Amino acid sequence: MFTAQQYVKAATLEEAYTLNQKRNNAVIGGGCWMKMNHRRYQTLIDLSGLGLDTIEETPEEFVLGAMVTLRQMETDEKLKSIFGNGFYEMTRHIVGIQFRNCATLGGSLYSRFGFSDILTFLLSLDCEVELAHAGRLSLADYAQMPYDRDILAKVHILKNGRRAAYESFRQTATDIPVLTCAASVLDGTLRVVVGARPKRAMCMEFPFPETEEALEEICRKVQETVSFGSNLRGSEEYRRHLAGVLCRRAVCSLKEGAVC
Amino acid sequence: MLITVTINGKKYTDEISPDLVLLDYLRQKGCYSVKRGCETSNCGLCTVHLDGKPILSCSYLAARADGHSITTLEGLQEEAAEFGAFLADQGGEQCGFCSPGFIMNVLAMVRELKDPTEEEIQEYLSGNLCRCTGYQSQLRAVKNYLAHKQEVQS
Amino acid sequence: MSFVNAPIRKKDAMSLVTGKPVYTGDMIPQNALVVKLLRSPHANADIESINTAAAMKVPGVCCILTWEDVPDARFTTAGQTYPEPSPYDRLILDRHLRCSGDPVAIVAAENEAAADKALRLIKVQYHIMEPLLDFTKALDNPILVHPEENFHALCPVGADNKRNLCSTDCFTVGDVDQVLDSCDVVVERTFNTKANSQAMMETFRTFSYIDEYGRLTVVSSTQVPFHARRILSNALQIPKSRIRVVKPRIGGGFGAKQSVVSEIFPAIVTLKTGRAASIIYSREESMTNGSPRHQMQMKVRVGANRDGVIRAIDLYALSNAGAYGDHGPTTIGLVGHKSLSLYGGLEAARFACDVVYTNTMGGGAYRGYGATQGIFAVESAVSEIAAKLNMDPCVIREKNMVAQGQTMPTYYNEPCNSCTLDKCMAKAKEMMDWDNKYPRRVLENGHIRSVGVAMAMQGSGISGVDIGSVEIRLNDEGFYTLLVGCTDMGTGCDTILSQMAADCLDCDLDRIAVRGVDTDFSPYDTGSYASSTTYVTGMAVVKTCQVLREKIRKAGASMLQVPEESAEFDGKRVFVPGTEKEISLEKIGYASYEGHNRCLSASESHSSPISPPPFMVGMAEIDLDPETGKVEVVDYVGAVDCGTVINTNLARVQTEGGIVQGIGMALYEDVQYSHSGKMENRSFLQYKIPSRLDVGKIRIEFESSYEPTGPFGAKSIGELVINTPAPAIMNALYNATGCFFDTLPVRSEDIFFAMEKRD
Repeated sequence: MFTAQQYVKAATLEEAYTLNQKRNNAVIGGGCWMKMNHRRYQTLIDLSGLGLDTIEETPEEFVLGAMVTLRQMETDEKLKSIFGNGFYEMTRHIVGIQFRNCATLGGSLYSRFGFSDILTFLLSLDCEVELAHAGRLSLADYAQMPYDRDILAKVHILKNGRRAAYESFRQTATDIPVLTCAASVLDGTLRVVVGARPKRAMCMEFPFPETEEALEEICRKVQETVSFGSNLRGSEEYRRHLAGVLCRRAVCSLKEGAVC
Repeated sequence: MLITVTINGKKYTDEISPDLVLLDYLRQKGCYSVKRGCETSNCGLCTVHLDGKPILSCSYLAARADGHSITTLEGLQEEAAEFGAFLADQGGEQCGFCSPGFIMNVLAMVRELKDPTEEEIQEYLSGNLCRCTGYQSQLRAVKNYLAHKQEVQS
Repeated sequence: MSFVNAPIRKKDAMSLVTGKPVYTGDMIPQNALVVKLLRSPHANADIESINTAAAMKVPGVCCILTWEDVPDARFTTAGQTYPEPSPYDRLILDRHLRCSGDPVAIVAAENEAAADKALRLIKVQYHIMEPLLDFTKALDNPILVHPEENFHALCPVGADNKRNLCSTDCFTVGDVDQVLDSCDVVVERTFNTKANSQAMMETFRTFSYIDEYGRLTVVSSTQVPFHARRILSNALQIPKSRIRVVKPRIGGGFGAKQSVVSEIFPAIVTLKTGRAASIIYSREESMTNGSPRHQMQMKVRVGANRDGVIRAIDLYALSNAGAYGDHGPTTIGLVGHKSLSLYGGLEAARFACDVVYTNTMGGGAYRGYGATQGIFAVESAVSEIAAKLNMDPCVIREKNMVAQGQTMPTYYNEPCNSCTLDKCMAKAKEMMDWDNKYPRRVLENGHIRSVGVAMAMQGSGISGVDIGSVEIRLNDEGFYTLLVGCTDMGTGCDTILSQMAADCLDCDLDRIAVRGVDTDFSPYDTGSYASSTTYVTGMAVVKTCQVLREKIRKAGASMLQVPEESAEFDGKRVFVPGTEKEISLEKIGYASYEGHNRCLSASESHSSPISPPPFMVGMAEIDLDPETGKVEVVDYVGAVDCGTVINTNLARVQTEGGIVQGIGMALYEDVQYSHSGKMENRSFLQYKIPSRLDVGKIRIEFESSYEPTGPFGAKSIGELVINTPAPAIMNALYNATGCFFDTLPVRSEDIFFAMEKRD
């Protein structure tokens, strides 16, 4: 468990940003994973007073505040009406409901953990993150960036008709995944995202496969292109195999007309 | 730092350390039903309700609870006894160490889900680990309790 | 009989479900010092120097103890009857650190933050040595885990610390080699099981204080309060008369708390400072330095004739004691005794074993206690020989299983007085619809559904060693107090023993007030382990009630002024049949408190020369996704012979819980170490125990025999139930894939690659 000398509930995003420039300060999201580090913080910055806990819908996009919980995304009817079961599938295996009532979207994306279900699925959609200072940039770019001291305030998810499907493989139902895979399609282009490699999720795009052979070819390419590694949960070789299986399953559910 | 919270309907104002987690604060306030089973947010033993929602009090800073309302099993004694009796009638409490967190989540589920299916029950409660029972008796107790509640209503 | 064999609610249930503060951690005095341990980062190292000066300056730090401050007398923390078979190989703090996490210093402070800060400021110079981590290479390895001269074993278990040998043993029945040579088929395979963490929800915890008589009182979450008293005395080198141990409610044990893991640290702080002191192990500490199941390697040879008659089994087991020998020499015995004895007609059998020291965490007692490992190996080998013979694995068992009336040569020649293993098999087959489901079918989605079977046994207490005692007092108003020394750890033994007492005394369950355990006033009991409580302590209840009934009858007769032999006691009154002469129990109760020498109380002990095995058949139905190797246990049936079931609810929950622990052991629970000997999966994030989404249906039926030496015909149940899942699931996996799996846990990855290799 970390220690902290001070706790500040920021009144403005700017205040939060300013505080966060000090090396010994940090933003606390849900706190669920953060508590496992043993750092000694000077000031913890809480964003919960900034109204960043809502899911808003405009004709073009969804805007999710950084403090939206995983459980909110899991149960949100508006997200469901556009993306089907995607947000539910992305969150349902994560520890338990109490955990998901604490853990936040901002914390999940900022951490950019390799095992993140959230990052994998959102990368398959067309998302932008909105940072306090750097402004808006694509989630794909953000996912590759090193950790910095900017603050993730919001996530914009485009409602552009993209359909997505999510698959994950776990040793036990509520464990961290051995491998995650999301697939989405827009205008005949297939996007495949593979996460828990165990490193950060990777995206690839292909023409949407119309034949079984074309799909097999894509799965083979995913297995060849993505670099995999070994850890406690699985070997590199097994992950490579699973990537082929999950990719095919995700694409098949897109073919079967998954709205998500 | 100073926080004001409502615990089981009673208001408290306390000077706390900024890194104090809600779990330890609640135990300091005498809510001994709130237990810790791990350090990794995995076991569900520390479940309490924050503004009616089940959360992990081990992961939630007391500082953030400022201005919020918290309910522990101490504040739900009647409901705990009512559901607890169904659990006890299956022998499903066993060592009892996970029971408070489990029951807090069952009571949250009853408030949140209407007529849950077996799958929905299992999924809602999956964040509550138990090493004694193998979960079967807990499920029987939940089903009997839900049936009883429905009977009482109709 | 009205309470025995009924689904009685536990007496403490309502306080548990309403969250009352009844556990050790809920009772720690406000002013107690917080005790924390500085733990070794190295698996094998000597402390060259240790400097606590800076740490002592932290405000709030009260005391820091190092190896120079503790007695130089070795002891064991294994909770066993004296003289313990586990070697005396430990000090409270040792200069030689033998596993990662071994305690280096004890810090006591006014609060947790001060203790944590002090831990960071202690400066230690380590002489780091190469650790011995591979237990298959431990025997006669140049790296010695226990090079010390004052290592000693109280019992002749074959311990030789200059060979890394904790114990060694061998027994034979007949000429195994000769019989195996003449068998039509012989299966030979090596099986591996890992260490497993008990993962009880309440981690190890203890607090201690000096009471008003100047004695050390230790309140602890322990399964063995009386052994803890002796171990504390050994470790602290103070007389046992100065120690009192109290056990509140326990948040689960499963054997973990049959070792004195946390008790000594606050106790020595209390002795040194005079202050109350407490320790609560983190989950990480409970996992890295607890008392897990022993890792084992077992070589099995099974020989049978073409008709499926099993003629001989040869079993060699190598067990990893880890850094300390707690329960090492005893768990290993069960590997042989409780696996070979499942088969009644063996012409020959041999069991040989070695238990070796390494630089991994010391092992301990975990539900099943070696039987789990042995049964996994032998049952898997029997299933393999059935496969070789093209025989249904149920049929080969039906042909060979031990039967009531036999003598068990591989089980100390004890008689098999009660056994319905045959009925258990028939019942399990019926429940599973085995004949239709065996061996497999392929579902529309390509998944394979298959079934597998295994048998299991355990003991009921340790023959001629375990002792259970109770005292029952008659009080005013005619209610009873039942004092027990065994330890209810959530299993419900306080209630079970009360049920027996109520039936023996013909009274309502509410008339029995039960209390355990305080070594100052509870009658002696070895503690709750070795599946002893229902069987051994239960008989003590039966005997005590008989004596007390006689005393009540005689007291009533004397009050009625009638000859003793004319009076009878029916639970409510003493009366003379055929007359109107009677006196109520209530009045006898009041009278026993008034002006004479007749306080009515009885206390009896019980020890059994035999340990009657309970038996079980377990069957798993699995769903296997051949594309990924993912296996789910969709249905598990258990048919159990535990003799008379005392509490039908609690026996069922024991069985369901044990099966789920067994499923975890079979499929993913796996204590893993880094190359430097640090446990890698030391949290619930990394060491996964089954969640409720990981288990399918579990269905239990009882096929009760009647054990003539047990209370009401009862045998044990607590440990038996963890033994079938691993071999039954492996058998189901064979039936699904044609691959034999011999190393636990079997993860999806292992299954997938085995299938790929097969193709």
